[in-house]
Amino acid sequence: METVKVTIDGREVQVPKNSTILAAARAAGIEIPTLCYNEDLDVKGMCRVCVVEVEGSRTLQTACSQPVSDGMVVHTNSARVRQARRVNVELLLSNHPQDCLSCIRNQRCELQTLADQLGVRELRFPHRVRAEEKDISTPALVRDPSKCILCRRCVEVCHQVQGVGALYPVNRGFDTTIAPAGGVDLGSVACVQCGQCSLVCPVGAIYEQDHTERVWAALADPDKHVVVQTAPAIRVSIGEEMGLEPGAVTTGQMVAALRRLGFDKVFDTDFSADLTIMEEGHELLERLEKGGTLPMITSCSPGWIKYIEHFYPDLLPHLSTCKSPQQMFGALAKTYYAEKAGIDPANIYVVSIMPCTAKKFECQRPEMTDSGYPDVDAVLTTRELGRMLRESGIKFSDLPEEEYDDPLGISTGAGLIFGATGGVMEAALRTVYEVVTGETLASLDFTDVRGLEGIKEAEVDLKGKKVKVAVAHGLGNARKLMDLINEGKADYQFIEIMCCPGGCIGGGGQPIPTTREIRQKRINAIYRADAGMPLRKSHENPAVQTLYKEFLGKPLGEKSHHLLHTQYTKRVKYPEKAAEV
Amino acid sequence: MSYFRAHVLVCAGTPCMLKGAGAVKDALCREMERAGLQEEIRVVETGCLGPCDDGPVIVVYPEGVMYSKLKPEDMSRIVQQHLLKGRVVEELVYRPEKGKTKPVVSLEDQGYLDRQYRVVLRNCGRIDPDSIEEYIANGGYEALGKALTGMTPEQVVETVKASGLRGRGGAGFPTGLKWSFTAPITADQKYIICNADEGEPGTFKDRLILEGDPHSVIEAMAIAGYAVGADKGIIYIRGEYHLSIERLQRAAARAREMGLLGKDIFGTGFNFDVEIRTGAGAYVCGEETALIESLEGKRGEPRLKPPYPGVAGLWGKPTVVNNVETLANIPPIILKGAEWFRSIGTERTPGTKVFTMLGDIANQGLIEVPMGITLREVIYGVGGGIPNGRGFKLAQTGGTSGGCLPKEFLDLPMDYDTLAEAGSALGSGALLVIDDSHCIVDVLRSFMKFFQHESCGQCTPCREGTYRLYELFSALADGKAGQDVVKLIKELSQAMQLSSLCGLGQSAPNGVVTALKYFEDEILRHAAGECPAGVCRALTTASRAV
Amino acid sequence: MPVNSATERKKSLRQVIAEHNSDPGALLDILREAQEIHGYLSTAVMEEIADQLGIPVSRVYGVATFYTLLATEPKGKHIIRVCESPPCHIRGAVNILETLQEVLGVNPGETTEDKKFTLELTSCLGVCGVAPAMMIGDQVYGNLTPERVKEILKTYE
Repeated sequence: METVKVTIDGREVQVPKNSTILAAARAAGIEIPTLCYNEDLDVKGMCRVCVVEVEGSRTLQTACSQPVSDGMVVHTNSARVRQARRVNVELLLSNHPQDCLSCIRNQRCELQTLADQLGVRELRFPHRVRAEEKDISTPALVRDPSKCILCRRCVEVCHQVQGVGALYPVNRGFDTTIAPAGGVDLGSVACVQCGQCSLVCPVGAIYEQDHTERVWAALADPDKHVVVQTAPAIRVSIGEEMGLEPGAVTTGQMVAALRRLGFDKVFDTDFSADLTIMEEGHELLERLEKGGTLPMITSCSPGWIKYIEHFYPDLLPHLSTCKSPQQMFGALAKTYYAEKAGIDPANIYVVSIMPCTAKKFECQRPEMTDSGYPDVDAVLTTRELGRMLRESGIKFSDLPEEEYDDPLGISTGAGLIFGATGGVMEAALRTVYEVVTGETLASLDFTDVRGLEGIKEAEVDLKGKKVKVAVAHGLGNARKLMDLINEGKADYQFIEIMCCPGGCIGGGGQPIPTTREIRQKRINAIYRADAGMPLRKSHENPAVQTLYKEFLGKPLGEKSHHLLHTQYTKRVKYPEKAAEV
Repeated sequence: MSYFRAHVLVCAGTPCMLKGAGAVKDALCREMERAGLQEEIRVVETGCLGPCDDGPVIVVYPEGVMYSKLKPEDMSRIVQQHLLKGRVVEELVYRPEKGKTKPVVSLEDQGYLDRQYRVVLRNCGRIDPDSIEEYIANGGYEALGKALTGMTPEQVVETVKASGLRGRGGAGFPTGLKWSFTAPITADQKYIICNADEGEPGTFKDRLILEGDPHSVIEAMAIAGYAVGADKGIIYIRGEYHLSIERLQRAAARAREMGLLGKDIFGTGFNFDVEIRTGAGAYVCGEETALIESLEGKRGEPRLKPPYPGVAGLWGKPTVVNNVETLANIPPIILKGAEWFRSIGTERTPGTKVFTMLGDIANQGLIEVPMGITLREVIYGVGGGIPNGRGFKLAQTGGTSGGCLPKEFLDLPMDYDTLAEAGSALGSGALLVIDDSHCIVDVLRSFMKFFQHESCGQCTPCREGTYRLYELFSALADGKAGQDVVKLIKELSQAMQLSSLCGLGQSAPNGVVTALKYFEDEILRHAAGECPAGVCRALTTASRAV
Repeated sequence: MPVNSATERKKSLRQVIAEHNSDPGALLDILREAQEIHGYLSTAVMEEIADQLGIPVSRVYGVATFYTLLATEPKGKHIIRVCESPPCHIRGAVNILETLQEVLGVNPGETTEDKKFTLELTSCLGVCGVAPAMMIGDQVYGNLTPERVKEILKTYE
């Protein structure tokens, strides 16, 4: 690789040509403060915090964007640099609510950290805050435009990564805001509530709707039997939220922590993930045999479901009719489990711990009440669970490992890998192969569908019958596959789509930051945990087998249809235009 | 073309039109018809003739007599006396310096123009802008022919480089150098963009060039296209400039009809065509990368540089963006050579500059003078001094993003580098003269009001800073600011100049920074509750500062 | 000139978009022409444009709110744009604005109750030679004084 020599703060470094000053400084062990910069996103150079002095330049240059050149001399800490940085941060703070103590991002805020780091100790400009109210119109997210610092990370994620485009800069100059079109709230536009915006927001301008209060209230209610389910991705991310390194697998501690919070039963969504494979796998086989709509597409990810409902409503017949594992769990908790435990389902309160904000939207969809009650009562994201654990003073890393409760806590590695992109596909293939061929797989690892590549393909030989599958994560990638279907160019039989980049481990409710590197570490943790499981195929889950024996009968049976399957709603992309017609 | 014994040029520049040039022209035509002259004398609407303050203006050729401040009822006398009998109507003749008696008889040797040197405005007011024939008759499209048939693209770039021509949009970047970045790049598509998004307050030179001589810009774009290997030109023009847009469209259509645009121009195999696109009201789109964003159908927000447009511009393709006035210089440079161009103006900045003179100055309007002319020569010479017996307080050169220069700078030669060293800018050539009845705080507040309205809102220092400076100067004007505000203004201005993303934010505080240097006392007195000029209503008037 | 019937307007808009080959690069031109047809850019109009161009409506709205010549809300019959640039300011633009506010009874950005006038501020109109200046519709008025402003307004009665 071609390299150039640059001098930064008197230190010479040899760095690859075309490196930015920021990268070169890091190579020299010098940390330049940044704000709008995010390693996974396009360089924006808007906040003007990372400015540095480049000899020969009249003005300061942004380290995040400026490429180095041979012989360049850079000063990252001159008086002019310090003053410009401080003034810029002071300007942002003067236009900010300054209610840090009660902000949801208190002590986890990039602006707050920066102000401290740069030594901003007084705010000399009059305090002015954009007089805009909080937008609480969606069940999943809260927008607080008064806190927005206009870094536009959310805009990029929403447009470029997810291809949704719900938010965009509006107006100009001092009046600029980031908002949906037409001056309406987020709930009125085609937002899928994936929460990827909340994951990149440096401050408290977009965050999850908080369910912790209602969960505390349920836990305190002596008449309520409160059960909790944990999504596959939580065990590889809650540790991070509690201060451990990314990629730590903390299943046992998490179970213990939840018991200490006071949940009556600690169950596992991995159980209903195994169940999903049984239902969805048989649905695929049925469609293959009976000539149903193909390719069949997975339906576990509620952000993805809302996306296809808004953007590709004509393709809804391609979706599997299976409810997501969260909703299957809820429906069974208030029927099968209630019956088995002899508890009135009216008194059962189901809490989900999810890596996802869209799950908050999903659980309040009107069709998710097949048990006769809301199948799921409250959804906590990983971040909210972290807040509850901190509030209750639980020392997470010191906890002993504990086991899930029976029967809805028993699962296999197949259910666990739902947390990573490609996991549903791999779990389905493990089961479908063995069901169709009657043979045992030599290797359970379908590595073609693993990893962070945007769209992955694989072909499986089911004893002479070839099945072609595809996996996409991130809605921008999903769109590409949908367009292929529309153009008649998708020769797949089965497609897995996860709304968020990396799958659920990269969900909008996950710890902040969630970078590409961290996503990869969580994925590695998922497959490490899978490899260590005694059972790794959904059809071998004894609790699932018992469930069919005792309650459901058979996959796709009548009871399954009633409790575990659902239908979808065509939604509009353009509400005003639709209202006109 | 039939022969006319005389031409009457009626200035149809916007200032004259506002003053009733339309009615004057109608009356003229009526009177000529009554006198039966319509077959032998031709009436032509032209672009700006210059002395806008004294409009409506007409010039009668071949004598070149300029009449000013005309009313429709004057036309009968001009037709009867001048056009029929050949006698100049003395009392209507334009007098450049008020109160002095000597009227100007010939346009060529009149006092108004004798300090001027017309390169860019060579055709403005002399030809019918809607007539490609007249443009050609005055040497138009000869430069394009010379370049295409007698020069290699490299030679064209070299000639422009050697001429020392610098961008007239404001930054003063050497034009030939700009072209030389784009020329060697291999690309399936390159673009020439003419930046006609003239928004700098007090600047209307580009509009008058386009209204008065649209072909000169089209010809220059074709030459630029040949030089750098681009076959597509785009003129991005302010949406408010209705007349310029119409004239450009007609000019491009005529050039196309005559084979001067389109395929295989002059049989050389060179293809070039232009498209006219309009802005929608955003000052920042004068910044070349914001302009490109706007052309791509986006918010006009400046891009980070590098990459520079010369390498990756419109749709990621190599793009040369040149200002209208810059381009209008190109055909004469190609025809007359780099040496000729260097003989005008100064060593570092050859050529002429078109200035718009505004504010408290006797002769408002447009002039073209050699680079390096002093403020004093412009204000007290061509400009006719300061009216109403007031004294000179300051001049802001370069438009609202320029600095405020007090009388110590009156003898400063005006070119890019000298003005930049003084903390101001040559910029677009707007020259705002402010007399001593005005208050510096009130003036600065007006500057900042402009910028906080026009900041695109992308980067922190400009978005928040322009608003805060406006707020701080409002506080000073309202008597609500303390002495420490000056330190804050200084720090903020410096941060904006040093760390804003584009030229808008970097130059927005120039007026403030220079005013803090030269008028600090007046600003501080506001903090103490006094407005020496007696302008700020909330404050008491102290004894007048001289 | 705003086109009259709703169906005609819809047709004209589609035609405008088709003339620009549904090219998102021509968004600014399309918005300007759409505004000519509809008088202003309603959310429904912007949604139609977004749909035809295949871009998010949020981007259309973001562009429409960036440029001052584009309006996302209905305006009065006559739009008065007062130049507030420094050259006009030093020649007394403040008095002109105050006169307009007083006579019309609205602040900049507002429309009179009878929907006749919308008062707006504009950056330089480029007619500084006749400062202070304003535009009503496409018509420019220069060398304004408070008295002249009142007279001019009367001609719009």
